[in-house]
Amino acid sequence: MIPTLPGSVGLRAALVAYVALFFAYLAAPLIIVGLFAFNDSRFPALPWNGFTWDWFFASGPERTGVFHDRAILRSIATSAWVAGFVTVLAVLFATLNAFLFERHRFPGKSALYVCMLLPLVIPGVILGISILVFASGIANHADELLAIELDFLRPGLVLVVLGQFAFLTTIATLIISARLRKFDRSLEEAALNLGATPFVAIMTVTLPYLRPALVGAALVCFLMSFENFNTTLMLVGSDAPLTITLFSRLREGATPLLNAVSLLLMLGSSLLAMLSIAFQRKT
Amino acid sequence: MRADGPRLATWLLLGPALLWLVLLIVLPHVDMLLVSLRLRAGFGQYQTSAVHYLAFFTEPLYWRTFMRTAVMSILATFLTLVIAFPVAWYIAKMVRGRVRSLLFLACLVPFWVSELVRTYGWMILLRETGVVSGFLQWSGLASGPVEMLYNDVAVMVGLVYASMLFMVVPLVTTLDSLDDSLIEAAYDLGGNAWSVLREIVIPFAMPGIVSGCIVVFMLSLGNYLTPVLLGGKDSMWFTEQIFTQFIVRFNWEQGAAFGVLLLVLSSLIVWLGLKLTRQSFTEVMR
Repeated sequence: MIPTLPGSVGLRAALVAYVALFFAYLAAPLIIVGLFAFNDSRFPALPWNGFTWDWFFASGPERTGVFHDRAILRSIATSAWVAGFVTVLAVLFATLNAFLFERHRFPGKSALYVCMLLPLVIPGVILGISILVFASGIANHADELLAIELDFLRPGLVLVVLGQFAFLTTIATLIISARLRKFDRSLEEAALNLGATPFVAIMTVTLPYLRPALVGAALVCFLMSFENFNTTLMLVGSDAPLTITLFSRLREGATPLLNAVSLLLMLGSSLLAMLSIAFQRKT
Repeated sequence: MRADGPRLATWLLLGPALLWLVLLIVLPHVDMLLVSLRLRAGFGQYQTSAVHYLAFFTEPLYWRTFMRTAVMSILATFLTLVIAFPVAWYIAKMVRGRVRSLLFLACLVPFWVSELVRTYGWMILLRETGVVSGFLQWSGLASGPVEMLYNDVAVMVGLVYASMLFMVVPLVTTLDSLDDSLIEAAYDLGGNAWSVLREIVIPFAMPGIVSGCIVVFMLSLGNYLTPVLLGGKDSMWFTEQIFTQFIVRFNWEQGAAFGVLLLVLSSLIVWLGLKLTRQSFTEVMR
């Protein structure tokens, strides 16, 4: 059934109705989460008791809004730090990987490429526990044999950063490689003919060309790190990133405060998404 | 610069890639396998043993949770495919220009939002005092509050929702490259909607279907939040078992064995999917 063929009107209408229903299904949970951030009730549930800003701005003691909840604010800061570190590391490694896989030939390349893709098919929980086991093993050995306490290898933010970095590097590598593949090498050769060293040629010609992909990869990494749950859950120590804090609050019993945080998260990520679209369009 | 790059640069670039893959991917998984094969004999003393794998086969709870997770993930993958296909068809073939990029973007939007937020949305929708229950009472379809949370159907709704994007995108991409004239020719030669779908569209879209299914299956199998938050007391997921062994019981050896088993299961099904459709891993992942 395609537009150029005469088809039954009924079938076409049914398909349109189905697609509309599908998008309602996609939007429903997000809209509901947002709406209930403004419900004047102690529970994120019906009945609707009227509109309130309390879950954003109230300062207690009966109700505490997001902007006065210290634990939430602290975990947002923690998440931002983690995401920042992960993004810088992942984009740096991914750029080097892109050059390695697009421009160099070496024995075992295809095996290494498959290896590079593996993190995409390893469930986050398993990636988390394997890094936890490995890091703790090293820390235990260092403690027993050398009597050195390697605290950063115990559950905590360093391991969270490493765990997220482990799989986000693959995603960033794919994004950056795709752009590098389209690059016209003759531009670089022109720079070399004009007397640039290979390093200068890459810095002044190739990297500016890659910039949309670098920014795109950075945004994706930041967002995915900020929102990661599975890998983080296994590696987290006493400082909890936002998703972990939200999860434990959710288990204790949800209040519209969680909706308010969720709404802010949604606004934040749509802002990032729009930024990335605007940036891609400009270049 | 030469076509294959200078030797020194290759070595310099290999360094970070190997560091990342060996230290964070390969060695941790090898270590997980080794830990799963050891038995604590005394303080700081271990011996090699398959006892944690035996426990998996002799303890019905573990075994059943594993099978449940596998079967429900396959079902979720199938449902996602069936639900996504008409939508992908509509986006790839029925609309053009702005509407098309807008609809495609609308498919991506929910996935810019944290999985936790999405699952929380389903909790508000489905719970006893939730929106769907309220709507049913208001419209007279139900006489009292209806609890729709904490059962397998809720888990299935959440799983399908969680991985929809990863099915729609590859489907739209492959269907888009299907030339309309092939479909027209098939109709001219006397095909009907069903035979065209079966003999032209589906074989053509197979790469997209396989890569979508693989990703959705992996995501469902490794999902933690959806079954924990939407599932009931007896709808255990295998990732919950792993978490319990590691964090609650502190039995790392057993947890590592479960991790290895889950990894083997997922690799096996991915490999099977690729073999059956004769595709390579590297191509599917692109």
